[in-house]
Order: sequence, then C-alpha cells, then structure tokens
Amino acid sequence: MKNSLNTKIPEGPLSEKWNTYKKKAKLVSPNNRKKLEVIVVGTGLAGASAAASLAEMGYNVKSFCFQDSPRRAHSVAAQGGVNAAKNYKNDGDSVFRMFYDTLKGGDFRSREANTYRLAECSANLIDQATAQGVPFAREYSGYLRNRSFGGVQVSRTFYARGQTGQQLLLGSYQALMRQVNTGKVSLYARHEMLDLVLIDGKAKGIIARNLDTGNVERHGAHAVVLATGGFGKIYYLSTLAMGCNVSAIWRAHKKGAFMANPSWTQIHPTCLPQSGEYQSKLTLMSESLRNDGRIWVPKDKNETRKANDIPEEERDYYLERKYPAFGNLAPRDIASRSAKEQIDEGKGVGELKNAVYLDFSRALKEYGKDVIVERYGNLFSMYKKITDIDAYLEPMKISPAAHFSMGGLWVDYELMTTIPGLFAIGEANFSDHGANRLGANSLLQACVDGYFVLPYTLQNFLADEIKNPKTDINHPEFDKAEEAVKKQMEGFLATKGNKTAEEFHKVLGSELYDKCGLSRSKEGLEKAIENIRELRKEFKENLIVPGDASEVNSELEKAGRVADYMEIAELMCVDALQREESCGAHFRIEYQTEEGEAKRDDANFCYSSAWEWNKDPSTPILNKENLTFETVTPSVRSYK
Amino acid sequence: MKIHLKIWRQKDSQSKGGFKEYTLDDVHQEMSFLEMLDTLNIKLVKKGEHPVEFDHDCREGICGQCGVMINGIAHGPLKNTTTCQLHMRSFKDGDTIYVEPFKAAAFPVVRDLKINRSSLDHIITSGGYVSVDTGQAPEANTIPITNEIAEAAFDSAACIGCGACVASCKNSSAALFTSAKITQLELLPQGKKETRKRVVAMVNQMEEEGFGHCTNTEACQVECPEDISVLNIARMNYEYNKSKILN
Ligand SMILES: Cc1cc2nc3c(=O)[nH]c(=O)nc-3n(C[C@H](O)[C@H](O)[C@H](O)COP(=O)(O)OP(=O)(O)OC[C@H]3O[C@@H](n4cnc5c(N)ncnc54)[C@H](O)[C@@H]3O)c2cc1C
Ligand code: SF4
Ligand code: FES
Repeated sequence: MKNSLNTKIPEGPLSEKWNTYKKKAKLVSPNNRKKLEVIVVGTGLAGASAAASLAEMGYNVKSFCFQDSPRRAHSVAAQGGVNAAKNYKNDGDSVFRMFYDTLKGGDFRSREANTYRLAECSANLIDQATAQGVPFAREYSGYLRNRSFGGVQVSRTFYARGQTGQQLLLGSYQALMRQVNTGKVSLYARHEMLDLVLIDGKAKGIIARNLDTGNVERHGAHAVVLATGGFGKIYYLSTLAMGCNVSAIWRAHKKGAFMANPSWTQIHPTCLPQSGEYQSKLTLMSESLRNDGRIWVPKDKNETRKANDIPEEERDYYLERKYPAFGNLAPRDIASRSAKEQIDEGKGVGELKNAVYLDFSRALKEYGKDVIVERYGNLFSMYKKITDIDAYLEPMKISPAAHFSMGGLWVDYELMTTIPGLFAIGEANFSDHGANRLGANSLLQACVDGYFVLPYTLQNFLADEIKNPKTDINHPEFDKAEEAVKKQMEGFLATKGNKTAEEFHKVLGSELYDKCGLSRSKEGLEKAIENIRELRKEFKENLIVPGDASEVNSELEKAGRVADYMEIAELMCVDALQREESCGAHFRIEYQTEEGEAKRDDANFCYSSAWEWNKDPSTPILNKENLTFETVTPSVRSYK
Repeated sequence: MKIHLKIWRQKDSQSKGGFKEYTLDDVHQEMSFLEMLDTLNIKLVKKGEHPVEFDHDCREGICGQCGVMINGIAHGPLKNTTTCQLHMRSFKDGDTIYVEPFKAAAFPVVRDLKINRSSLDHIITSGGYVSVDTGQAPEANTIPITNEIAEAAFDSAACIGCGACVASCKNSSAALFTSAKITQLELLPQGKKETRKRVVAMVNQMEEEGFGHCTNTEACQVECPEDISVLNIARMNYEYNKSKILN
C-alpha cells in the first residue's frame, strides 16, 4: 500500500482555492494555441462542452463518440434537472450550503476542494446554458423557475420539462457544431476508442476503430481527455444506454491511470421494474416524481387487491414513516435500499413482486390534473407507452436500478489522472460526489468540468507542451498499441464458442447486482470474485462472434466491451470487500447501526481508494487518498 | 406469439440489398420491438450468421438513434413513438412485419437497417446555434422570457433528430427537422439576432445535403415521435423569404 497521491489542491481557505489556482495557472498565448492538438473522447455534456470551449480558445480539437451523432450521448437521457446555487428562491441557499449538501449527500467521502468548486461554478452554468438558448422552465413573470430535488431542503434545481439533459446537451452539441463549422473541431462519430497510447510516460494519442468500416486508426495529440461517461451498464439491467461502456477508462487504467472507488454505484429508486428475461434495459422515471408522488407498499404481504382498492390504513408509506423530515425525498441510496427491504420482505407489488407503488392520487386531488400534466406530462406518457398503464388513474410501479458510477478514473484537482497528459472529466472520473451523488448534481458536474474547469487546468498543462512537436503516429508505441487491439479482436473472432457477448453480460450483471449492488457482504463478495474469474475463463473459451473485423460488426463491438466489464467487475468486488465500512451507496451488511443505517468508519476509512493495475485483474494495488475536512466535521448522515 | 419478419439485409452501402424472411415463435407482448430483434439476433449469431444490424442506444425514446420503417411506416404503427418505445403488444399472433431502413438519398445505408444521418448534423453545423462563447454569458435572469415563449420554444426544441420526418416525406425533405431548430432559436431573444443569417445558411445546407423540397403534404408531423408541428415549416419559409428580401 502506498500513500503517494499528489492531489495538487491549492493552498488557502476553501472559498479561495479555485481563485488562487486560476490566478497562478499558466497560460498559452493565442498564437501558440493553434499549434496544439487535443483529443476529447466523448461528446456528452462533459466532452462536448470541453471540446467546444477549447476550440473557442483556439486549440485544435479532435472529438470522438461511438454514436452516429454527438447529440446522442447518454447525457441526452437525463430528465430531472440541474442544480445551481443561484438562490433565486431566497430560501437560504448559498455556495456553502450547496457544497455542504453535496458533501453530506456523498457521506463525507469526496474531496472537499473539488466539491466546493462544483458549487462555486454552478451559477455560471445556468448563465451559459440560458445564453445558448436552453429553454429552461420559467415563471409567468419570465424569470427562471426552480424546484427541489431529493436530499436537500432548498429549491435549487433548474429544469426543462422532463428533458433537462436533452436540452443541456443540445446546447453544448450546438456549441460544438459551431466549432466544427469554424474548422477548429474535427468530428469522429461512430468511432470507438480501443486504446490509449503513451510515449515516454505521457498520454499522446489513442487507437480508435471506425465502426462503419472496421478500420483501426491512430490519432495523436498533445493531450488526451476522456469524457466517456459512466459504466453502470455493467449491471446489464440499468438506466444507461446500450452502448455505454467502461472500455475507454479501463484501457487507460491498464496503461497506468488509477481507478478510484470503482464499486460505488448509485442504484436509482424510481425505475420501471423488469418484466421478463428478454429485457434489455430499465427505464428511469425521473426522481422529480418524488416531489408529488408518495411511495408505499401494502402492509400485508399476501395482499391481492388492486392498488386503488387498498384502503389508506392498510398502506405503509414507509419513507414518510422512517424519515419524517425528508419523507419521499430521502436521498437515493436510502430510498433504494428501503425499497429493496420491502421487496425482500415479500411486500413487493406487481406480477413478479419486484416493485413498490408511486402514488399521485393526493397531488392530483390537491393541485388538479392540469398542474400534474404540466409538471410531469411527458413522464406519465412515457410510463403509458412502456407499460400501457394510465398513471393518472392508478399508481405507478417502480423499482431500483443501477444508474450512476460515483467511481471512475482517479483525478487530481486539475482533473488529470495519474498519467501525465491524460485528463478525465464528467462521469468518467471519480468526481465530486463521494459515496453517493445527489440528484441533479451530475449534469452540473459534467458541465462544470467541461466548460469551466478543464479549460484552465488543461491549459496549465499545455503551457509546457508548446515546445514539443506534433505527435508522430508512426512512433513504435502506436505500432504496439494498434497491434494489441487487432490481436484482441482476432482472438474474439477465433474463439468460435456458442455464447454471445450479450449472454455473458447478462450473467455478469446479475451476479454483480446480487452481490455488489444495493448491499454487500464479505461472504457474497468473495463468492462473486470466484464466480467472475470462472466466467472470465468461460468467456475466453466459449464466446461467439460472427463475421470479421473489417466490416460493421456490432457483436465484435459488444465483445470488446464485455471483456473489459469482466475485468473491472473483479476490481469492483475487491474494492467493496476491502472497504470494511458502510458509506453512502456502499452498504456492507456487517457495518450498520441498530436501525439498519449505514455505519461509517472515519477512523479507518476516511480515504478514497485508488487502485493501480498490476499485470492481472486479480492483483491490483491499493493507493489511498486521505480525505481531510477543513471547514466541516463529518457528521452522521441523518435524514430522519 | 408467432411473428413472421421480412427484414432488409444489405452488407454495405455499395451492395444491393433485399428482404430476408425469419420467423420467431416466442415473442412476448411486453417485449419492445428492439428486444424482439435482439432475440432474433441471438439466434442468428448462435448459428454463425451475421445479426441484423440496427441503430439504437438509449432505448427510451430520447437519443434519436433508433428508427426503422415498420410495414412502411417510420417508427411503426403507434403515433408519436420511436421504434425503441414500440412494444409487441401493437402486433398480433401470426402477423407478418416488414422491416426496412429509413430511405433517403441523404441517408445512405451503412449495413442492413443502419443508416448514416450525418447530413442532419451538417445542417446544424451550418447555423443551428446561438453564437456565444463559454464565458460570455450574462446573468441568466437578465433575459426574462415569458412562460408561453419558453414553452413554445421547447415544443420546437424537443426534436430528437431521428430523421423519421425525412423518411416519411415523399420528397425526402428535412424541412420539419430544420425548421424546428430555426423556430426554437428565433422565438428566444438569445437567438433572434442571428435569425436572418441562420435561416439562409440552414436552408441552403439542407439542399446541399440532397434533401428534397417541402410540398406541404404534412406526412412528417404524423410520424414525428415528438409531434413537432408543421407550423414550424411555415415559420421557416416566412423567415427565409424575409431574409432573402432584406439581405
Ligand atoms: C436515465 C438517466 C437520467 C439522469 N438524470 C439526471 C438528472 O436529472 N440530473 C443529473 O444531474 N444527472 C442525471 N443523470 C446523470 C447524468 O446524465 C450523467 O452523469 C451525465 O450526463 C454524464 O455525462 P458525461 O458527459 O460524463 O457522459 P455521457 O453523456 O454518457 O457521454 C459519454 C460519451 O462518451 C462516448 N464514449 C464512451 N465510450 C467511448 C469509447 N470507448 N470511444 C469513443 N467514445 C466513447 C459516448 O459516445 C458519449 O459521447 C442521469 C443519468 C441517466 C442514465
Ligand atoms: S422533427 Fe420529428 S421526425 Fe424529424 S428528426 Fe425531429 S423528432 Fe425526428
Ligand atoms: S434508442 Fe434512443 S430514441 Fe430509440
């Protein structure tokens, strides 16, 4: 175990750190910027905003995504909203309060300085997005409207109907396309990054496959930015898109970038339950529904009546009962775990008894249908489309699903990984959220990283790169990386077994959900590690991928992604096993209070785990970043 | 239920394509249309055949990546629904379903049902934005926008860029897609100042990409998953003509 991580947190009081950094950061003159190239992998909110902002400054940017258009990155699916400490409601909000809420929501397992910066830059984002033409919700007076979101007591969430992510993303997509028009950004859609290339220990380029032709390409730059999003899709059933993957960051990890807290996954409480084996994803119903919807299960586990026929006194509004101060707005980890408890006790509802009710009857009575239609109309129609049920007439059925990766590549205050010249932004890094992310904070984090932080910190790095020539893509390191990528694909094609990548993925996903999901135990994790090794072995011997590598081949794409999932899955279990405490979304059943709440161990685990690759998925090395809190004292997180 | 499929197979953009027949015996009502294709693909792969390639990602109706012609209708029989949100309960036991890619000169086939829609990106690139750099923005509440205007702008901004409007149009026009962006930005004070330049650039780009002219058949709105109104097109035409005269 080593303790050598340099976080590069600036000196001075918390509220001054970012200003101090910006004052001292090195600059690159406009003339020199056009000589520098940056690769940005990912066009979600983090990648698009970074690529656009860097191009506006004058850098040459190459932007990559695997979808057929940058506008389709999974940020597009975020529904609920984005937080900012504008205090438009005059309800006591401030940068400090937002910082504190985020830190507390993350169960005091995030880096104080980063979390503060997130809150500090939040207001700018709303200004920027509004100027781009993002149609945020407005009051009749014309001013911006806010609502409250899970885990906080102020109204600081901005939203655009139930499509906040789509509208924010279109704002940054358009900013990106504007730079494509100026020629400062070259776009590589339908390209998948398959490896990172290091020259003399620095990130200097990537190997990417053109998914439309099968060509394997080399791309060089002075720095590489990974904005490749979250990897919750590892659980197979999740709220993520089908193509979301861990490959970009995992392959960077294998080249030397540390992976932090990989097991910390947020399981979202309000998703549509699984209805059958064939199911490919679980759709999220925005958490904003919890503002007006009430969650309950029948008191009797043998209940057979329809929801509307069950009288009030025979319903258990368990969140309102257990957490009177926050009620239905309790943070996600608490809401999900409570739902799982009810389901495990046999009180689940629906055909497979795998759901709980989310009931709008009181809100409908109180405000009338028009108001509910205006607030959630598109969510109700989405629910109808998927389930064929009219939620204005009967309660929705919801259940928890894997949703957000708090873990990711370890980055310092500058968002640089342990590989010089490799940066990670947005959900791809281990970020500012600690052990649990508050609702509406991650759209914010992706944007703040891309628009407001990276342009300063990357420039600080590039200032020393001016003297270095353009990266030579004929360098032997590129040969080696390309060779390895091709060899791996040939291996998949040559296996000729009889199980598809998707079938392997499903098995892996349910193993993880079961043993490294909402609750974890030593016994379960040890078993999972064994099973994952077994599964990895079978994957090597029994995978089937048709066709070849020089054509459009979605099975080959999947095989590469699942191969990486198979490796990080073990690290997730190792990470969860090593952390002998419960914090936020990481709930070890051995470490809980008498009331069944997470029991943190600040004396022994007040650190982030940054794992170092060591030749093999089974022998990672632990590095620790000790967390210190200068302005607050970690308290027991209570939402009662 | 049992479903017969006639699916367009085409190896690449150069090859000639054709329909191939498949039958599935174990289709559930609750399956989505794409999950039905997934089951077919697992079967094909296990037999060593190439699966049917199709576009998709979010599978929740918002990314705009999915989209095929189902029995001749873009995104299938349900109104205002993307292909990924269509469920098999819309079909009956024993049905035969024709599945083809969206067809338009500006959307070349990549493989099977997968197409290249970068022409839509090019239209946005030509002017579908507000020219504001990071850092230039004023405080958000200094630009009050009435609720009605914000909501109307949203109605246009909701377009997911799927291209169903193009596929449904006998002229393969992208007028609905293009006009939705023009209208959103024209309605908002932030975007209004650039309308004249924007509308000309975007309309010209649309033609350059090989999209046809709009002849007001209004087939597009019917198939649009976001129910984008054809009134956007009227507005685009008005702004375009105005710009032409004023320029
Ligand atoms: C359904 C849903 C609802 C959500 N709702 C909210 C909300 O209301 N509020 C909130 O704050 N947060 C929400 N979140 C979380 C938030 O949306 C994400 O954390 C955030 O959008 C991530 O942005 P990103 O830019 O980091 O990644 P993404 O938007 O996921 O973008 C990843 C990009 O990387 C590219 N990429 C990935 N791998 C590769 C590769 N190997 N090669 C090339 N390109 C690659 C992809 O093509 C894509 O362009 C939600 C998340 C989900 C799934
Ligand atoms: S206007 Fe409608 S049909 Fe056309 S691209 Fe947009 S969402 Fe799709
Ligand atoms: S897959 Fe995203 S809209 Fe259908």
